[in-house]
Amino acid sequence: MSNEKQGILGWVDRRLPIGDFWEAHFSKYYAPRNFNFWYFFGSLALVILVMQILTGIFLTMHYKPDAELAFASVEYIMRDVNWGWLIRYMHSTGASAFFVVIYMHMLRGLMYGSFKEPRELIWLFGVLIYVCLMAEAFMGYLLPWGQMSYWGAQVIVNLFGTIPVIGDQLALFIRGDYVVSDATLNRFFALHVVAVPIVLLGLVFAHIAALHTVGSNNPDGVEIKKDKDADGIPLDGIPFHPYYTVKDIVGIVVFLFLFSIVVFYFPEMNGYFLEHANFEPANPLATPEHIAPVWYFTPFYTVLRAIPNPFGGVLAMGAAVMILFFLPWIDKNKVKSIRYRSILYKVNLAVFLVAFVWLGYLGMQGVTPMRSEMALRMSELYFLFFVVLGVYSANRSTFYYIKWFVIIIAIISAYDLYRSNTEIAALVWQTWLVPAAFLVVALLGAAFTNLDQDKTVPERVTE
Amino acid sequence: MKLLARLIVSAIILSASNSFAAGGNGPAFHVNIDMDNRASLQRGATLFVNRCLSCHSAQFSRYNRVAEDLGIPQAVMEENMMFTGRKFGQTMTVAMTTENATEWFGAPPPDLSVKARARGADWIYSFLKGYYVSEDSPRGVDNLMLPGTAMPHVLWDLQGYQALKAVDHTDEHAESGHAAAPASPFELVQEGKMTAVEYDRAMTDLVNYLVYMGEPAQLKRKSVGVGVLFFLAAFGVIAYFLKKEYWKDIH
Repeated sequence: MSNEKQGILGWVDRRLPIGDFWEAHFSKYYAPRNFNFWYFFGSLALVILVMQILTGIFLTMHYKPDAELAFASVEYIMRDVNWGWLIRYMHSTGASAFFVVIYMHMLRGLMYGSFKEPRELIWLFGVLIYVCLMAEAFMGYLLPWGQMSYWGAQVIVNLFGTIPVIGDQLALFIRGDYVVSDATLNRFFALHVVAVPIVLLGLVFAHIAALHTVGSNNPDGVEIKKDKDADGIPLDGIPFHPYYTVKDIVGIVVFLFLFSIVVFYFPEMNGYFLEHANFEPANPLATPEHIAPVWYFTPFYTVLRAIPNPFGGVLAMGAAVMILFFLPWIDKNKVKSIRYRSILYKVNLAVFLVAFVWLGYLGMQGVTPMRSEMALRMSELYFLFFVVLGVYSANRSTFYYIKWFVIIIAIISAYDLYRSNTEIAALVWQTWLVPAAFLVVALLGAAFTNLDQDKTVPERVTE
Repeated sequence: MKLLARLIVSAIILSASNSFAAGGNGPAFHVNIDMDNRASLQRGATLFVNRCLSCHSAQFSRYNRVAEDLGIPQAVMEENMMFTGRKFGQTMTVAMTTENATEWFGAPPPDLSVKARARGADWIYSFLKGYYVSEDSPRGVDNLMLPGTAMPHVLWDLQGYQALKAVDHTDEHAESGHAAAPASPFELVQEGKMTAVEYDRAMTDLVNYLVYMGEPAQLKRKSVGVGVLFFLAAFGVIAYFLKKEYWKDIH
């Protein structure tokens, strides 16, 4: 077939099978025909990745990774480099946009069970990409060498210092100095522009290679490869090209439109994308009043703050990210899509989303007694999502639900008893109702009603 | 290890106390910024080079860029607005050294290039209007926005001197005036060359200029944005119909 090709393409194809590649991954790669809105975010993430790399290359041409020059070089890019302001805003807005898109992409995976058998590896590579992205964003944020860059890095690197025994040495090893300094800036620059991007590209390759091996999930969670016609083509599949290429172009244009509104009219996004304090040059002698991470880190920052013991907080924050890796083995329910899952599952997912957004909000705010209580409660709800997911993995006996209800309530109450004192007792036991009420609905609801019944999954994809 | 732990805890506590600490220092006045008002930007630039640039640098801002952006002819700029011996294409630095500044004022005056982005227009406007006579301060004046500031009231000849009004709390409660416009916390005790209205207008010009200087690209950015959005909208329509055409045989 490809041997018949003439001309340059034919010449190349006989030496490198580009035709086969095109067929395997585009023109004869069959994707489910029922993708909806949520399936735009994968291709959007790829677009942003390319954009970040391209704008990053141009920024690197003018940026100076030197504590004496870094801040000034960024302002030089903003003022004296032709279109430097556009490149810089695309890069800084791109960072936030990347997380918006990735969070939507992950939520899609949660909703439609895209992490489940046989797609566990896709999910694992995806979470690794997410972790790399966090490292990439964190190290990139140091480069403008503003006050938030500096003190944010100081606080985050110090988190490693809380690890018992090796902590001090580890933090020293990361910084290359006793405080964040020129040495730190230089190595973060190297990691940000070379090391992490290479790892990211490799992981993205693995993510897509694994995806193209097992094929895409879809909003119905039906395996389209189970129903094939005489030629071995999935009945509910359509070639990725041209159908999804033309569709993704629409998604990309809509995204770029919204993205451009931010880049051209709200590049600081009122301090959420570019923090005001970061327009002050880094000053190791003056701690800013309020050290807040950028918005995409705030949910995990709140989990960190919810535990008073520093190392305990670090562990909780680490666990909040790490637990994502285990999702395919936590939720073993055979029903993939939210469309056919029980009402209580939907409640669980909805509560999880509320908790995540609330955690994000709390991370941007100063702490009050009420807010730190809510930080703990929302952290509890965050982790309880996974516990309840595990419980819902199969049909359980009434006793099983009650058993887990009692166990978890006991753990939460024990911790509350341990930390409660006369000063905060009222607040503790009032907010205790938050996880308690959730558990009553999620576990006792499952024990005593049939709201935990999943629906029947259709044989073929619906519309 | 313990020190690090303490650092984190203190950072957390610091961020915790922020909402209270910052609450008291919110900008006292609001200023309307208008990047399209070129006359105001020019007046602000004049005020800036005459009144600020002797101590405060704007080391990222270039004279020729300001001249070009604000429509000031090179000759006018060079004759009337450049006092520090710099060339037209150079940045707005000052002759005063950090050592001298520290000796004279206690702290070097900060660079003003991106100050408006760090502090916000309202804060700077309130700061410029915020000097009041204070017996406790070594300079005789203090500032409501930055108590204990090292900066003297350099615009006193324009504004005059104002004093903090004695706040009568019983009165406030009696009026229970949530709807009432926030009254100025100051009263003039010595008149300056400008009336209060003139001074407000001059400070609006100055802040307008500082906001421009914080990001000169903003003059261009918004107009470029219009073109980009129009292009994307048009392309979006084409892309949508292309998709529809292809998908006819699926639906």
